[in-house]
Amino acid sequence: MTPASTPVQRPADARLLTIAADGAISHLRRSAFAAQLRPGDLVIANDAATIPASLFGVHQRTGRRLEARLAGRGSLAFADLTFSAVLFGEGDHRMPTELRPAPPEVRVGDLLALGPATARIEAVLDHPRFVRLVFQGDAAGIWAGIAAHGRPVQYAYMAQALALWDVWTPIAGPPAAFEPPSAGFALDWAMLGEIRWQGATFATLTHAAGLSSTGDAALDARLPLPEAYRIPATTAGAIQRARARGGRIVAVGTTVTRAMEHAAARHGRVVAGEGVADQRLGPQTPPRVVDAILSGTHEPGGSHYDLLGAFADADWLAKADIELEARAYRTHEFGDSVLIWRRRRVRQALAVA
Amino acid sequence: MSIHVQTPQSPLRVAVTGGTSGLGLALVRAFVGRGAKVAFVARTASVVTAVAAETGAVGIVGDLARKDDVHRIALQVTAALGGLDVLINNASDLGPVPLALLADTDCEDFERALQTNLLGPFRLSKALLGTLAGAAREARGGVVVNISSDAAVTPYETWGAYGASKAALHHLSHIWDAELAGEGVRVLSLDPGDMDTPMHAAAIPGADRRALQQPEDAAEGVIAATLSALPAPERVSP
Repeated sequence: MTPASTPVQRPADARLLTIAADGAISHLRRSAFAAQLRPGDLVIANDAATIPASLFGVHQRTGRRLEARLAGRGSLAFADLTFSAVLFGEGDHRMPTELRPAPPEVRVGDLLALGPATARIEAVLDHPRFVRLVFQGDAAGIWAGIAAHGRPVQYAYMAQALALWDVWTPIAGPPAAFEPPSAGFALDWAMLGEIRWQGATFATLTHAAGLSSTGDAALDARLPLPEAYRIPATTAGAIQRARARGGRIVAVGTTVTRAMEHAAARHGRVVAGEGVADQRLGPQTPPRVVDAILSGTHEPGGSHYDLLGAFADADWLAKADIELEARAYRTHEFGDSVLIWRRRRVRQALAVA
Repeated sequence: MSIHVQTPQSPLRVAVTGGTSGLGLALVRAFVGRGAKVAFVARTASVVTAVAAETGAVGIVGDLARKDDVHRIALQVTAALGGLDVLINNASDLGPVPLALLADTDCEDFERALQTNLLGPFRLSKALLGTLAGAAREARGGVVVNISSDAAVTPYETWGAYGASKAALHHLSHIWDAELAGEGVRVLSLDPGDMDTPMHAAAIPGADRRALQQPEDAAEGVIAATLSALPAPERVSP
């Protein structure tokens, strides 16, 4: 697949590879997504707006420049100013991470001057570049500082630097994500109207999508980090109603899947409220709630790809990979999409027959 | 009049642009006085700080006329309020001061009026639409109020830049209101009438101020219209 290197969220020619519940693969225009729905289905998307999480500044004890990429937070609360963060040395995203100078060695209590904001290192986690930091000051001032000084996490394959509006989905709400919940780039307001026209419904949750990559194998192996989420009461209610009427639950993105499956595993069903999703999803964790996932195209090897294994057999995914490659689908955040319906339990059906 | 709330724990969440003078300041004070959670936006940091200290509302420094500021403002609004039920696009620019014939209006003054009065409200409403639609799904909010003027419908001489920009905003409001009906989001265009404000003084320096309504009184009308556009409490789904 080729990287999509311009920040166009909804190119007119965006494509959608679908894997049906029996493994059949088809190729559609992504604008035909809503037509795949039936009356009673429920589409759920992540309404997290993306925080400009890349903050350049100075490590005050050594005077050395660094970049702190905010990576996670224990809650979605306004006043929660404690973040996990990955530190990078001087340079920028155009430089391969392994060629970037290491960040200065940080100790607990060190201060980072990040534009107008100051953060204190509260803990060095189990990797020298992975820290927990606390911003110093009142919450309104800190958010103003992050808004003014932060930049969206950038990608080396993009031709130009991303602006904040490039990384907000059309439905973006509270600032919670550290990288965009990019499956939601497929949505626009016309499509939400088409979903309703199909007799399906639309709902949202908020999930703090974390960093997709740190450029460090040891850190990348830990991804995804625990991610805070919030499920509104109206969304929990919509899920119960959809299931009661036999409707299917379609998750827009891995983050929505992770949040709903976490809530369902913990409570037996999706209940309203906040949580922190800390589980990994894959072939060994069949979905309890989600019937289909609309996602970007992911290359084998990462946690996103593993998650797709919860929906489709490995050989189906391998076949889809060949098709994506052969038909030159575009990959990464601004690329094409896949829609994967949860595999039908063929063996059970055979046993009954 | 009491603010519509879903529960006592979740007050109405309101954002007001141009919240440090005139009608905007009156709206900030009145909404705070009724128990709403309020964020306001204005350009001058020292004035924002003073109004935030006086009212307890969250002050955000930004210029709606600048594209680069809009998402930064939206981020701070939703972070501070944990969502948004009502957006009031009140910040306005007169165009040339003193007012001028269109033929004497500098393009730059016209552009600034369009940026502040038309494109700024469009951009901010768009950036906050996901939040407002979410509030509508939760049956607790989803109202955009665009502050209009009788100059939007009556062609007053020397009010060309302002009147044309407000006419466009008025029309945008009605189109968007129709388009968003399915989302449950309302877009209102409200004319508060002539008020005794710094903007009015800049436009008509010699006006008889005793004949003008006070912004506090005009704010009551705006609040009443806003509340009546909110979802009715009985429609709140369990």
